[in-house]
Amino acid sequence: MQTRITAPREGSRSEAPRASARQADAGMGAAVRLDGVVKHFAPVRRGSVPVTALDGVTLDVGEGEIVAVVGPSGCGKTTLLELACGLIAPDAGTVEAAPAALMAQSDLLLPWASAVDNAALALRVAGLSRAAARERAAPLLRDFGLAGFERARPHELSGGMRQRVAFARTLLAGRPLLCLDEPFGALDALTRQEMQSWLAGALAADPRTVLLVTHDVEEALVLADRVVVLSPRPGRAVATLTVEAPRPRRRTDPALVALRERALSELRA
Amino acid sequence: MMAAVVLLAMIGGWELYVHASGIDELLLPAPSAVGEALYDDRGLLWENFTVTAGEIGLGIAAAVAVGLACAIAIHFSPALRRALYPLLVGSQTIPIPVVAPLLVVWFGFDLGPKIAIVALVCFFPIVVPTLDALARVDADQRKLMRSFGASRWQTFRMVEAPAALPGLFTGAKLSVAIAAIAAILAEQAGTEKGIGRIVDQALAQFETPRAYAAVLVLSAFAVALFGLLALAERKLLPWAHEPRQP
Repeated sequence: MQTRITAPREGSRSEAPRASARQADAGMGAAVRLDGVVKHFAPVRRGSVPVTALDGVTLDVGEGEIVAVVGPSGCGKTTLLELACGLIAPDAGTVEAAPAALMAQSDLLLPWASAVDNAALALRVAGLSRAAARERAAPLLRDFGLAGFERARPHELSGGMRQRVAFARTLLAGRPLLCLDEPFGALDALTRQEMQSWLAGALAADPRTVLLVTHDVEEALVLADRVVVLSPRPGRAVATLTVEAPRPRRRTDPALVALRERALSELRA
Repeated sequence: MMAAVVLLAMIGGWELYVHASGIDELLLPAPSAVGEALYDDRGLLWENFTVTAGEIGLGIAAAVAVGLACAIAIHFSPALRRALYPLLVGSQTIPIPVVAPLLVVWFGFDLGPKIAIVALVCFFPIVVPTLDALARVDADQRKLMRSFGASRWQTFRMVEAPAALPGLFTGAKLSVAIAAIAAILAEQAGTEKGIGRIVDQALAQFETPRAYAAVLVLSAFAVALFGLLALAERKLLPWAHEPRQP
């Protein structure tokens, strides 16, 4: 059963529901359904107008589908993910979503914990003992090319390694939906491309429903089945591109190049 | 290293000043006289020093325990923050000589009132950095924990509490110096033993070098305790001293 989060009545302040309270959707259908979602943020200073982050966004992510949302900075991409994860409630419209695990822009690794303990964080939250959590996290880290670094603290890892630990942590949360917020935004261009190919491979091996937000059109096209283009603030879905190119995808694939041009022209519009 | 050089220069200057100016030894004894007193009265000083060191150690320990509990309570409850924070600040303005006799009446001449006074003085510098460290936890980190379905308590235990430890250590280190002063003042309100009593007695008997020697012992202890805490922090929280990740 999916949880339906509707906008709170006007004037009432409601706390966003806790993610754990939401139940998995075992059946087929949409993993995420946003319908006419509006979200404002309170003005920073008294007297100025509230900021509208999202203005009537409608978006579906089917089960097992990878949907990328691209848009310029400040178009409400992160807000969209926080809504899907149930961390905030919309001001209007409805959000229905399967339980989600969030991977944020920065790796958010705990500086005092080892790579394996960071990866196992969600398992510890779920109540596993330290030993059991490590036992489950360690093989995944090895699959991710981090063998020998299990005991290393984040400080001792490179940016790409830290991001792989963060992705392992997201996968180990065991949620049907992965919400990725600019997962490789902090990496250099080369590592970024490597990590995009790596993520495409990891998702091919272990298919998940993914909602990815990024400002990198190429990243969206390499990874996603569908790319939704958001307008500048207030964010509105202005175009949806279906990516049918076979995987593994090459950046130089003429079909991808053509789609990139279309996406970029939509972004400029 | 530099500290030792500066210290030697200061002692040398002091010694020179005392001899050149011919100042009364009752007002300012020469370092050599203090050294002599330190050696001659070593038994007496040590015996009384252990009492004061115990008061300082237990007082700081009590302040850490109560301060930590208070910081956690304030962190969890905005209502408590509003109710307690002004009182905490107020507690810092109480002059010790005003309450010391009251505490002696309540707790007697033994260790009790001394520990209470040291704890009272050290409490605030422990609570404030601990609260700051708790509040500085990245909001995205809390969101991440919530997305994992973590309870408020789990987020505290797994994320906020470890992040607050460097703040707690900072507070404990700040406490060391003022704890020594507080212990002396507490002893002057009435005690059988302790460095504060030695100082009072020595001054009354015109044995100024012994008073200075007693203070010297206490200062050395405070420096050592500070160094010990800094060392423990390095060993226990190595991550707190690494450069921030980009």
